[in-house]
Amino acid sequence: MADIKPNVQVDYTDHATVVTFVDRKILEEQDIRGLQESLNSVLDQMDDIRLVLDFRNVEFLSSAVLGLLIRLSKRVHERNGKLTLCSISPKIYEVFKITQLTKVFEISDDVENALADLA
Amino acid sequence: MAPKTPASCSIVLESKPSALDGICQQILTDLKAFSFSEDDVFGVHLAFEEAFLNAVKHGNKMDPTKTVKVDYTIDRGKVEIAITDEGEGFDPSAIPDPRVGDNLYRPDGRGLLLIGAYMDVMEYNDSENRVFMAKYSPKPENN
Repeated sequence: MADIKPNVQVDYTDHATVVTFVDRKILEEQDIRGLQESLNSVLDQMDDIRLVLDFRNVEFLSSAVLGLLIRLSKRVHERNGKLTLCSISPKIYEVFKITQLTKVFEISDDVENALADLA
Repeated sequence: MAPKTPASCSIVLESKPSALDGICQQILTDLKAFSFSEDDVFGVHLAFEEAFLNAVKHGNKMDPTKTVKVDYTIDRGKVEIAITDEGEGFDPSAIPDPRVGDNLYRPDGRGLLLIGAYMDVMEYNDSENRVFMAKYSPKPENN
């Protein structure tokens, strides 16, 4: 397990990397830039990308975070990797539904299911 | 018990993202005092932050010498918020629907969609540098 300041915790399993957002609220420009850098550095360390993003702590986010996720998803797919989001609260899931990003992202109920999907 | 008189505020803030924190907390506190539901508080919170950040980024183009004006009134079952920037305005109808076709994969352009989804009213003034938004609880019929 490794903490990448300021925003994410990274756990490595046998067949995937799990990135957990630590902050309850992801909003400000510097938060998002920091998050982007953290996620890019995680991707740079992976040969075969199997990535789970765990939203269990996230209670609030802005549309800028959705943009970050889209950019991340493009990078993952460019490298023929797989990305799954999980543990999204009902309020945050509603944001994904309104924007129809439920069509873009694989979303699992929890980390266990996400890892099973990527196995 | 809800306050007997509406909560209202008019304030001019620096045009930077972090300037929204204080006023946002004030709005959330007032919403809770008037017993808005958690879902309503979440929706107004999201809409306010998106609209404020739009004013800072797209209205004032991140110019720190400019300002953003926030006016709000919160009463039993009603919240009205206006956000005015010093920009030249923009045509909201020119923003492509982020849910359609390849727009789904664009990283930007979802703020207005979210404001419209969570608020019952979203209107721009003629010069399009002021957005007025309102939410009613319960929602009025035919709205």
